[in-house]
Amino acid sequence: METLGHLANGFSVAFTPVNLMWCLLGTTLGTAIGVLPGLGPALTIALLLPITYQVAPEASFILFAGIYYGAMYGGSTTSILLNTPGESATIVTALEGNRMARSGRGGAALATSAIGSFVAGTIGTLGVAFLAPIVVKFALSFGPAEYFSLMVLAFITVSAVLGSSSVRGLTSLFVGFVIGMIGVDLQTGQPRFTFGMNELLDGVDVIIVAVGLFAVGETLYMASRRYAGKDEIVPLKGSLYMTAAEWSRSWKPWLRGAAIGFPIGAMPAGGAEIPTFLSYAIEKKLSKHKEEFGTVGAIEGVAGPEAANNASAAGVLVPMLTLGLPTSATAAIMLSAFQSYGINPGPLLLTTQANLVWGLIASLFIANVILVILNLPLIGLWVRLLKIPAPQLYAGILVFATVGTYGISQSPIDLVILYLLGAAGFLMRRFDFPTAPVIIGMILGPLAETQFRRAMTISNGDWSVFYTHKLSLTLLTLAFIGLAGPHIWAFIEHRRRRGPEHVPGDA
Amino acid sequence: MLNRRRFLMSTAAAGAAGFAALHLSPAFAQDAPQIQIFVPAAPGGGWDQTARTMDQVLRSEKLISGSQITNVGGAGGTVGLPQFINQWNGKGNSMMVAGMVMVGAIIANKSANNLTEVTPIARLTGEFEALVVPAASPFQTAADFIAALKADPTKVPVAGGSAGGSDHILFGLIAKTAGVPATNLSYVPFAGGGEALSALLGNQVAAGISGFGEFSEQVKAGALRLLAISADKPQEGIDAPTLKEAGIDVELFNWRGVFAPPGVSDADKAALVTLVETMAKSEAWATECKNRNWTQILLTGDDYAKFLTEDTARIGAILRDLGLA
Repeated sequence: METLGHLANGFSVAFTPVNLMWCLLGTTLGTAIGVLPGLGPALTIALLLPITYQVAPEASFILFAGIYYGAMYGGSTTSILLNTPGESATIVTALEGNRMARSGRGGAALATSAIGSFVAGTIGTLGVAFLAPIVVKFALSFGPAEYFSLMVLAFITVSAVLGSSSVRGLTSLFVGFVIGMIGVDLQTGQPRFTFGMNELLDGVDVIIVAVGLFAVGETLYMASRRYAGKDEIVPLKGSLYMTAAEWSRSWKPWLRGAAIGFPIGAMPAGGAEIPTFLSYAIEKKLSKHKEEFGTVGAIEGVAGPEAANNASAAGVLVPMLTLGLPTSATAAIMLSAFQSYGINPGPLLLTTQANLVWGLIASLFIANVILVILNLPLIGLWVRLLKIPAPQLYAGILVFATVGTYGISQSPIDLVILYLLGAAGFLMRRFDFPTAPVIIGMILGPLAETQFRRAMTISNGDWSVFYTHKLSLTLLTLAFIGLAGPHIWAFIEHRRRRGPEHVPGDA
Repeated sequence: MLNRRRFLMSTAAAGAAGFAALHLSPAFAQDAPQIQIFVPAAPGGGWDQTARTMDQVLRSEKLISGSQITNVGGAGGTVGLPQFINQWNGKGNSMMVAGMVMVGAIIANKSANNLTEVTPIARLTGEFEALVVPAASPFQTAADFIAALKADPTKVPVAGGSAGGSDHILFGLIAKTAGVPATNLSYVPFAGGGEALSALLGNQVAAGISGFGEFSEQVKAGALRLLAISADKPQEGIDAPTLKEAGIDVELFNWRGVFAPPGVSDADKAALVTLVETMAKSEAWATECKNRNWTQILLTGDDYAKFLTEDTARIGAILRDLGLA
């Protein structure tokens, strides 16, 4: 009840005309930067930090929070329409979303991602308001051993995106591992696979890899098949928004996505990408329309991951507001904004700056409403992009991908990498290797490696940490069930069916 | 647009910054110079904040009419450094923000360029580091920690920032002074302060070393216990001894300073030193430093150059002990 009082107080802060204006501005700006591949919320907020010298703390945090949420909405648009993910958290959205767009359901894909983002964003924000103290306790109980086990679980579920041939899928996954290892090794400070180039010391940005493999690779492939007359893009088939069937296929993935995204987002090393992988895998498993995955595009594969990434964005705010822990680049920069006001973010923030924190939380609810109102009418406009004739559309994608990549760090080396990966993406497409596992390997591989080595350093080389820690053991058991379960189940099923004619002694 | 700052970035953020600019009211002094600041890191980090705070204070003190900030991030500054040396050569009225992290990165990355090639202007600020333990830890004092480290360093995992960074260097220096071989240390590097903090709060590690500001609020809330700080003298309002007082003869500031490009004239160099000195003595700068937990450790010109040589030697030695150089 106390929380409700705080929240009411927060709304009174957020509902002033000036603060509403900042919220509207932030969400609009956030949507715009989310659309561009090179610009993320972290960079935008960093560039806007000088604003903290001029306006009240409430106003600037409402602006920043709007940008943060807005970017999560905007990122999906280009993933779906152009196969060019704007943020790393929307890479998975491109898998099914772009298929849907090509088969005339781009409007529905955009709608399910906007409404799903709204639903999950609201659930996540409710979580921040009411569950933060409990969730943060759970999140802190995750040590390196637990994270490693979580990665093992994630690897098992990844099999869902490996495609029809496991050998090809695993090859792609390992290519991703290698790309992920480029750069300075965090544990020892030694460079790996950098070939003496300073530009490679920080590794290759996952956005460059996604844009190179998906967008550039796809464009080259299309250009090579220009006269084959296949792979035609259907701009729109049926209604612009979602049909009744699509609604009923979307709402459960939204809720499941939110349930996966929020707690993982709250974990200090959780991030926004892993929940989208997990959600995609689960939706693919549970869907009654498995044949649509990877062909015409399944709406569940958009609804779930989109909900998961928005809920995880809310989750990131939990450790930030309750403990002052920045667990993402954006959160770290928001914390440095606190410091320009002379406010020290920490465990006492909630009590010493109640107005600010609750005003921020209230503005997140408002931002969500504004974003869904802002994004739904835009769908009609976005879908028209697909009516552009293919050569011009693909040329546009190429320009867009190039400019966006250059925007990440203004490095020409990034462009060389982009086109090398584009060529690789073309070859992979040509010889039927799936590209999604590269991205997943690139994100999960180094994370798993780091957490494993950390766990080993802390335990002084004792392997038992993985099964003596209860949480870790639970996660590993789940992973084992995920791996062996279907086989055991199939075996039992097989036995049962054969039952009648199978008489002991008969075999 | 009212102010002349141009950011190197794509169009959308330019629009955003333009909006921000409307709300900034830069004070123009007709004869004040326009300066350029080179930040060899991405926006948002310590060097970038130093540059932007300098810009803010210099303009409010009417010492400059405006500034242009260029970010070239990557690899602890070693991506930006060659660019500053080659493309900014001889440019007056321009400065690069750098610091101890770059000294370490140059050595660890075996960078082809180093800070002897640029012109030292001033060391501005520093952040001293803190040695902390979780509230539930058996270590009550720094001596307890050292005793455990001496008994078996592999049993005392310590969390901190990236391998070879200032936190790792301080841990190496502490161990060296205590007579513990650096190669036996169990250092657990984390990419960001948040992750290292959560490992401490979750009791995953025995102790943590990082900038004092990273831990101060947790210490205030009683979640962490502060054993010692790496400052040169006791700090007001901080209830913990310095490492020296605790019997460990180590002092370390994660310092940040500014450099002019190579090949600038003596007049240009002197003008920049005066500019930065005036700024550092202003009230506005003092307030900003206080808000951000930066300790002012001003050192200019030749003294700064001498300090730089000594610090480079000290960092190089400890990085070699840690097996990183």
